[in-house]
Amino acid sequence: MQQAPGILQVLQGKFGSKILSSDMSVLDPTITVEGDSIAEICSFLKSNEALAFDTLMCLSAVDYKGLKGETDRIELVYHLFSMKHRHQIVLKVLLPREEPSIPSVEQIWDIANWHEREAYDMFGVTFNGHTDLRRILCPDDWVGYPLRKDYVQPETYRGMPVAPGKQFVEMAQDGLQVGTDPFREG
Amino acid sequence: MQVEAYVGEEMVLNMGPQHPSTHGVLRLELETDGEIVKKVIPHIGYLHRCFEKHAENVDYPGVVPYTDRMDYVASMNNSFGYALAVEKLMKIEVNERVKTLRVIMAELNRIASHLLAVATYGMDIGTFTPFLHCFIEREKVLDLFEWTCGARLLYNYNWVGGVSHDIPDGFVEKAKQFLREFEPVLKELNELLSYNKIFINRTAAVGILAVDVALSYNVTGPNLRGSGVKWDLRKDEPYSGYEKYDFDVAVGDGRFGPLGSCWDRYFVRVWEMAESLKILHQALDHLPEGDVQEKIPKKVRPQKGECYGRSEAPRGELGYYIVSDGTGNPYRIKVKSPCFTVLSALPAMAKGALIADIIAILGSIDIVLGEIDR
Repeated sequence: MQQAPGILQVLQGKFGSKILSSDMSVLDPTITVEGDSIAEICSFLKSNEALAFDTLMCLSAVDYKGLKGETDRIELVYHLFSMKHRHQIVLKVLLPREEPSIPSVEQIWDIANWHEREAYDMFGVTFNGHTDLRRILCPDDWVGYPLRKDYVQPETYRGMPVAPGKQFVEMAQDGLQVGTDPFREG
Repeated sequence: MQVEAYVGEEMVLNMGPQHPSTHGVLRLELETDGEIVKKVIPHIGYLHRCFEKHAENVDYPGVVPYTDRMDYVASMNNSFGYALAVEKLMKIEVNERVKTLRVIMAELNRIASHLLAVATYGMDIGTFTPFLHCFIEREKVLDLFEWTCGARLLYNYNWVGGVSHDIPDGFVEKAKQFLREFEPVLKELNELLSYNKIFINRTAAVGILAVDVALSYNVTGPNLRGSGVKWDLRKDEPYSGYEKYDFDVAVGDGRFGPLGSCWDRYFVRVWEMAESLKILHQALDHLPEGDVQEKIPKKVRPQKGECYGRSEAPRGELGYYIVSDGTGNPYRIKVKSPCFTVLSALPAMAKGALIADIIAILGSIDIVLGEIDR
């Protein structure tokens, strides 16, 4: 079992400048890497005998916007775990909020297929090389990326009001009687 | 929908979203010739209730009722995982009574959840009697929960820094009575269902999940243990006092067919109920005294930071990735749901299966759509 500094050392030895920074003092030691080389780094992490990260525990996207002292960005966080050696590491990639894109790691861990679809659905991150990049939780023709901090809910979807509660409040203020059906004509 | 040109009798059929055997609102797109299914494509999102967006708009204690509603069959374990993750982030240590109570509730809910999984699996295969026997026992567990915290299915029980209600007087005796009555029911279930020749013929040769496929798809929990991997977070990365209890890890052994079949996964769940009984006996015997809520500030405000906390839910490894920006509301909560990962492995498990086998495989992986869609 390797501790996080040892894993960092191996990565720095192999990839040098593609390893941007690291933080070993937090609860889950994190290594920030360059976005374009994520696929080769993850492939190395899985195939290397001493590291053997055979499981992608979680792939999350986080939208940082408007926080004091932080640059606006979308972070992709990869939680990796090795069932063989029982050690774990966190990889982070920083992406710009406009048109974020990154190579897909679907070929390395099959579960990345669905996790990346969810990151695309909720944040709009494009994964190059993904075989089936389409929405997973929202309907296929939904507009907008819901978990972004500046997401504005559309008023209607295919002609149906998305938040009918709000419209009822407005209609009540306009004098709608309780118990009538507001969507029937006449 | 990817549709190539279909020649002859091949067709694309929809199983769901309304179907008695898909365990929720799940749409399976089957490319089939009427008997053999060439491809299965699961479509989810019919129960998406935006848990992660809601969590950003309420404070940390307010997220707990939302966590209950993800895997609504095993709510105690959901809020347990969330409380553990927040306490890991805030470096709060809870006292022994809280730890033991959480284990008792989590294991009782594990029994209730596995009873439901086993019973509905029997119903999918075609038998109705085990369903009724299992649900009688499940009602007793839900009665215990209702006595403690007022709710049968969605408890809001595990709070940050403690639990919401202490157990009432007489709970330990009542719970022990349930355990005494439940042991013969497990034996009955084995005779009725587990070793039933028809059940074995239906399930022991289908849905084989190889270990490397399982790890690549991040399958965890009873589904992974059914393939022979002895990995249980309660033993390997213990939390909340699980290291004190003496119990075995249920692992599939492929005794009626290839290792990793539907029968192995099903039997791991039955065996796990017996192991939960052992844990419950030990926990109920050694319940320490104490206060059920730690002295934490009224406004839960973790420091800026993030953490990933995982726990062993009945369906697998439930992970919470919590990002805090120093305010009272979480900045981001991402839930890694075990059913999400195992459902993504369904196309790999169901290659070349008959349509009836698809039902058998889907029942054996025990999904709850509330957790997949969140």
